[in-house]
Amino acid sequence: MLDGEPLIRWHWLGDHLGYLGGLTADHAVIALVPVLLGLLLALPLGLACTRFPRLYQPLAAVFNVVYALPSLAVFVVLIPWTGLATQATVMLPLTFYALAVLLPTTVDGLRAVPVSVRQAATAMGYGPWRRLAAVELPVAVPYLIAGLRVAAVSSISLAAVGALVGRGGLGYLFVDGFQRTFPTPIFAGILLVALLALAVDLVLVLARRVLAPWAGRTAR
Amino acid sequence: MNWFDWLNSFLSDPAHRSGPDSIANRVLEHLAFSAEALALAALVAVPLGLLIGYTGRGLFLTTAFAGVARALPTLGLVTLTVLLAGVGDVAVLVPLTALAAPPLLVAAAEGVRGTDPDVRDAARGIGLTHPQTLFQVCVPAALPTMLAGARTAAVQVIATATVAAYVGLGGLGRYVIDGLATRNFPTTVGGAVLVVLLAVLVQLLFALLIRFASPPGTRTVRVDDHAGTPALQKESI
Repeated sequence: MLDGEPLIRWHWLGDHLGYLGGLTADHAVIALVPVLLGLLLALPLGLACTRFPRLYQPLAAVFNVVYALPSLAVFVVLIPWTGLATQATVMLPLTFYALAVLLPTTVDGLRAVPVSVRQAATAMGYGPWRRLAAVELPVAVPYLIAGLRVAAVSSISLAAVGALVGRGGLGYLFVDGFQRTFPTPIFAGILLVALLALAVDLVLVLARRVLAPWAGRTAR
Repeated sequence: MNWFDWLNSFLSDPAHRSGPDSIANRVLEHLAFSAEALALAALVAVPLGLLIGYTGRGLFLTTAFAGVARALPTLGLVTLTVLLAGVGDVAVLVPLTALAAPPLLVAAAEGVRGTDPDVRDAARGIGLTHPQTLFQVCVPAALPTMLAGARTAAVQVIATATVAAYVGLGGLGRYVIDGLATRNFPTTVGGAVLVVLLAVLVQLLFALLIRFASPPGTRTVRVDDHAGTPALQKESI
C-alpha cells in the first residue's frame, strides 16, 4: 500500500529523462535484435519448408510449443550456460519466440505466390535464386511484415520480464518501483514499453507501405 | 555443479517433498490460480465475444484493444496492482484475469464471425431464432477457434503466474523467485523446469480438447493447391 505516496511524481520523470532514455534504448536492443535474428532464421527455414513440405508440420508443432513456454522459466533454465544478467540469457529465448511467430508467416507468404506467377517467372528465364529475390520474396513481404508486427510487440513486452534475471531494460523500472514502494517508475515503464511497441509497429506499417504498396489495409 | 546435479538436489530436498513448499502443493497452487483467472476472464470475455462476433459490431475495436493489451508488460501490471491494492492473492488475480481476457474475447468474436454466412442463413431459413442460431450453429463451429484462444490465454496466465511470484503469489514461481533471491540455483532451475513441464502439459491438454471439440463438419482440410503441399489441419492455428 502507498502511505501518502502520490501515484505519479512528475518531477521524478523530469529529473530522470536521460536515465529513462538509456533504459528505453537498452530495451529496444534486447527486444528487437532477437526479432531480426528470428527473421534471418525464419527465411531459410521457411524456404526449406516450402521446398520440403514434410518438414513444416513437425517444425510448426515444435515452435507452437516453444512459443508457449513461460519466458521467465526459459531465461532461468538458460542461466547455467549464458550467465546471470547477461544479454544472451534474455535475447536467446526471445529469438526463438520471434522465430516461432515468423516461421508460419514466412511459409504462408512464400506459399501465397500463385503457381501461374511462378511459372511465368520461370518461363521468362528466371533461375530459382533470381525468382526468389524478384518474385517470391516481394510477394511474401506483406506476410512477413504482419509476422514481424506480432513478433516485435510481444518481444518488447516479454523483454521486460528479463529484469527478474537482471537484464530487462525498462523492466528494471518495475523491480525498482516495487522494491521502493514507488509507483512512478512503474507507470513510466508501462508507458514507455507501450510507446516503444507502438513506435515499432508504426515503422513496420510504414515499411509495408514502401516495400509493398499494392498490399491494402486489409492485408494481414 | 551441472544442471542435472541442480535438478537432482532440488528434487531430493526434503522441504520439496511435503509441507507448504512441497512440489505437489506448489503445482496445485499454480494450477488453482491459473484456473481461477482463466474462469473469471472467460465469464466476462466469452459472452461479450460471442455477442460481438454474432452482431459484427465492435469487431475492429476488439482486435485493436487486444493488440494494445498484448503490448503491456505483465511484470509492470503485476507490480503496479500490488502497490496500489496491497499484497494478496486477490490483488494478483486482477492482472492475471485482465491478461487472459483479450485472447478469449478475440477468439470468441472471430470464431463466431468466421462461421460460413450461408450456414447461418440456412439456420435462419429453417426457422431458428437468433439465440438458437448462435448457440446451435455458430458456437459449435467456432469451438475449435475458441479453444485455441483459451489455450493462448491459459499459457499466458501460467507464465504470468510465474512472474507474479515476484510480488508474493504462491505457485511454482516461488521456487524461481526465491532461488534467484538467495542465489540458490538448484531451486530456481528446478522450479523453471516444472513450469516448462506444466506449460507443455497444458498445451497438450488443449490440443486434445481442440481435436475432440471439432465437429465433424468443421474438420476441414486446407488443401494447398499451388505448392502441392500436404493438407493442413485447420486446428493447427
